[in-house]
Amino acid sequence: MWPTTIGRGLRWLPQQASTVAGQVDALFLFLVTVTVLFSGLIFVLVFLFALKFRRRAEDERPKAIHGSLVLELFWTIVPLGIVIPIFVWGAYLYFAMTQPPAAAMEIYVVGKQWMWKLQHPGGQREINELHVPVNRAVKLTMTSEDVIHSFFVPDFRVKRDVVPGKYTSVWFEATKTGEYYLFCSQYCGTSHAVMGGRIVVMEPTDYERWLTGSVADESLPVAGEKLFARLGCSTCHRTDGSGRGPSLVGRFGKSEKLASGETVLVDEGYVRESILNPQAKLVAGYPPIMPTFKGLITEDGLLQLIAYIKSLKMADGTQAKP
Amino acid sequence: MSTPASDVRTNYLNANYSVRSWLLTTDHKRIAILYLVSISAFFAIGGALAGMLRLALLTPHGDLVQAETYNKLFTMHGITMIFFFLIPSIPAVLGNFLVPIMVGARDLAFPRINLLSWYVYTLGGAFTLVAAVTGGVDTGWTFYTPYSSTYANTNVILTALGVFITGFSSILTGLNFVVTIHKMRAPGLTWNRLPLFIWAHYATSLIMLLGTPVIAITILLVALERGLGIGIFDPNLGGDPVLFQHLFWFYSHPAVYIMILPSMGVMSELVACFSRKRIFGYNFVAFSSVAIAVLGFLVWGHHMFVSSQSMYAGMIFSLLSFLVAIPSAIKVFNWTATMYKGSIALQTPMLYAFGFIGLFTIGGLTGIFLATLAVDVHVHDTYFVVAHFHYIMVGGAIMGYLGGLHFWWPKITGKLYSEVWGRIAAVTLFLGFNLTFFPQFVLGFLGMPRRYHVYPPEFQFLNVMSSAGATVLGLGYLLPILYLTWSLFFGKAAGPNPWGATGLEWQTPSPPPTFNFDKTPVVAEEAYAYDSPLEGHRV
Repeated sequence: MWPTTIGRGLRWLPQQASTVAGQVDALFLFLVTVTVLFSGLIFVLVFLFALKFRRRAEDERPKAIHGSLVLELFWTIVPLGIVIPIFVWGAYLYFAMTQPPAAAMEIYVVGKQWMWKLQHPGGQREINELHVPVNRAVKLTMTSEDVIHSFFVPDFRVKRDVVPGKYTSVWFEATKTGEYYLFCSQYCGTSHAVMGGRIVVMEPTDYERWLTGSVADESLPVAGEKLFARLGCSTCHRTDGSGRGPSLVGRFGKSEKLASGETVLVDEGYVRESILNPQAKLVAGYPPIMPTFKGLITEDGLLQLIAYIKSLKMADGTQAKP
Repeated sequence: MSTPASDVRTNYLNANYSVRSWLLTTDHKRIAILYLVSISAFFAIGGALAGMLRLALLTPHGDLVQAETYNKLFTMHGITMIFFFLIPSIPAVLGNFLVPIMVGARDLAFPRINLLSWYVYTLGGAFTLVAAVTGGVDTGWTFYTPYSSTYANTNVILTALGVFITGFSSILTGLNFVVTIHKMRAPGLTWNRLPLFIWAHYATSLIMLLGTPVIAITILLVALERGLGIGIFDPNLGGDPVLFQHLFWFYSHPAVYIMILPSMGVMSELVACFSRKRIFGYNFVAFSSVAIAVLGFLVWGHHMFVSSQSMYAGMIFSLLSFLVAIPSAIKVFNWTATMYKGSIALQTPMLYAFGFIGLFTIGGLTGIFLATLAVDVHVHDTYFVVAHFHYIMVGGAIMGYLGGLHFWWPKITGKLYSEVWGRIAAVTLFLGFNLTFFPQFVLGFLGMPRRYHVYPPEFQFLNVMSSAGATVLGLGYLLPILYLTWSLFFGKAAGPNPWGATGLEWQTPSPPPTFNFDKTPVVAEEAYAYDSPLEGHRV
C-alpha cells in the first residue's frame, strides 16, 4: 500500500527536498538547542539542590527565603527575550511559505474520502500521485468534496488543510529528484491512514516526456470553456460586455466593486462563491438575476471554470484595468 | 508525639457504613471518594484502550484490528481520558477533598450541588459508555466537522450528549470552588495566605465556568446539524467547517489548563513540604496561575495554523501562545529556587514532583515548537503533537495527580502506604513514560501523521520502542493500585501530619471528622511557614 519505491530504511531525520526544508530545519534545530539548554539547566539545578540540600536531620528547619524581585524579573524577561525572536523568525518564514511565487506552475487538487485527485493545467489527471519538475515552484489550489483533509509532504515541510466549500493553497519548490511521501494528515474517517501516495520529482526534460506520454484530457481552460458554454454562462457573461452579466475577460486577480459598496479581490474563492451563491457578493451595476449552480456542477467542473476564467485575457494579452 | 485518637473517634469514613449514606452524602470528602472511584474506573478503561492502540501499532500493517476499530479505539481513548479522567481528576478528587479543609470550612458552599455534580458526571459517563458498547464512535475526541456532523456513521450523538452532560458537572464544581474560596475562608486566612493549591483551583474554576458552556453549545450545534440537518458547519448546508474548530478550541485549549493548573497547585504544596521551605516568589506563583487562565483563552487559534485561518490571525495567535509560556516558566523557576537551601527529602510525593518538573519542562518547551508558525506547519497533526500533549497531560497532569494522591493519601484514608513501593512505582512511571513518548517526537518530525492505523515500515522501530515503553508505563500504573489498596487494610495509622507539613488540612485528624474541624481554625501566619516556631505543623 505504501509506494515501495520510496523504502528508505530507518532514519532519524526527514530528507530536505524543498527550498523551505532547510530553513524550517534551521529553526527547528535552534528550538532543539533552546530546549536542551533550558531543560538541562533545570535538571542540573534540581539534581544539585536535591543532593546538596538533602535532609540530614529530621528536625532541620531551614530559614525561609521569600523571593527576589530581581530574580523574578530576570526569569520573566530573559525567556521573553528568547521567545520573541523565535516568534518573529517563525512568522517571517511562515509568511514566505504561504506566498507562492507569481510564476508558479498551477496544479488543481481535489481531496475526497479517501483519495487525492490531481490535475495538471494541460489536463493530465493523476490519482494519489503527483509528477512535478525539480527546481520549479508549484502551487496547488485545493478543495475537498466531503470532509476536511490535509495535504502533507514531510520531506518538503509543507502542509495545508483541504477544506470543503473553499479553496486553500500550498506551494513548494522541490530541490531533489526522487519520490516522496504524500500523506493526509487531517483525520478524515475510516481509511484516513491510506489516503496517501507519492510526489515524483523529475528532471524538467523527464517531466515534459511524462506529460506528453500520459493520456491528457482537454486542458483545463478548454474543458472550462466548454462547460461555460454548456451551462449557459456565456449567454450573459459575454466577452464583449454586452451581456446581462459582467464580462469576465481580464477580471481574474483584479479588484471588483460590489453593489454593497465594498470591493472584493477576484480570486478562486470569489469565483467559486459567485457560481454557487451568486447573490452573496454582487458586482455593482448588475441586477441579481443569476441563478445558483449549486448541485449542478462538480468540484472538478468548478476548477475547470476557474481555469477558463483565469485564461481570459484582454486582446492585447494584459489584464483589464481595475 | 502521640497521635490523637483518630482511630477511635468518629471520622467521615466510619460515621456511617450504609450504601445510602454514601450515595446521598453531601460531605465533600465522601463525594471526593465517589469521584476517586469513578475516575479510576475511567482511567482503567482509557488505559486499556491505549494498551490496545500501542499493541496494534507494533506492526506497520494494522494486523491486530481493522481501521474502523482502530479509529474507534483512539477516539474512545481520548474522550475517556480527557473528559472523564483528566478534567475531573485533581479538582473533583483532591480539590473536593481539600478546598474546604484548606480554607478552614466545614464543607463547600453548596454541598448538594456538589453531590449533583457527581451524578451529572456519572450520567454523562453512562451515556458515553453506552455509546461505546453499542458501536462506538470514530470522530476523534475533537469531533471535527463536517466529518462528525455529516459523514461519520457511528454513535456521534450519543457520545456528544455524554460529553455535553459531563460538562455541567465541571461547571458545578467550578462554581462551588469559586464561591467557597471567596466566602468561606477561615478568620485570618487572607488571599495572600492561601495555599497555592487554592490559587490554582481558583484559576481552574474560572476556566471551568467560562469555557465549559462554549463546548456545550458547540457540541449541541453538531448534534443539531447531525440530527436535524440545520446547516452550521457543513458547507453543503451553507455552513463553515472551520467555525467548529474555533468554537471547539476556544474551550479545548483552556481545557488543557484545567488539566495542568491543579497539578501545578499540587506541585507547590509538594515542593514546599519536602524542601521545608516557603515557596519562593509566592505572589508570582499565585498570579501566574491567574495569568495562565486568562491568557489561555486567547490562544486557541494555534491549533489552526494550517486550517485556512487567515495568516495574520495565525501570527497573533502565535505571539500570544509564546506569551502564555512565560507564566509556566516562572512557576518552574520558582519551584527550583524553593529547593535552594532547603531540607530536601526524597519521599514518594517528592519523586513525583521531580517527575512533573522534568516532564512538564520538556512538554512545555516542545509547546514552543508548536507555537512557532513555520515549524508547526511541519509537525502539526503528526506524532510530535501527540508526544507533546502527552508530556503535558500525562507527564504533567497525571504525575501531579499521583504526587498529590500519595501526599494526601494518609490524610484521606488515615493509612500509610509502603514507601519503598511508592518510590519504585514513581521511578518506573518516569522511565516508562519517557520510553513511550520520547520516540514519538522523532516519529513526528520524520512526518508520521497521527491517527494512522497503518504506517510506512521505516517507522516501525520507533513504534516498537514506544509500545515497549507503554508496557513499562502500564506496570507503573498497576503498582499504586496494588500498594495503595493494600495500605487500606494493612497500612500503619498515619497520624494527623506524617510529612510535617503546614496547612490547615494537617491540623485535623486523619481521616478528618465529618465537619473537618472541631472548632473553626484561626489563621495567624502565611502559607508554608516551615521555619515558624508555631507548634501546629510539627510531627
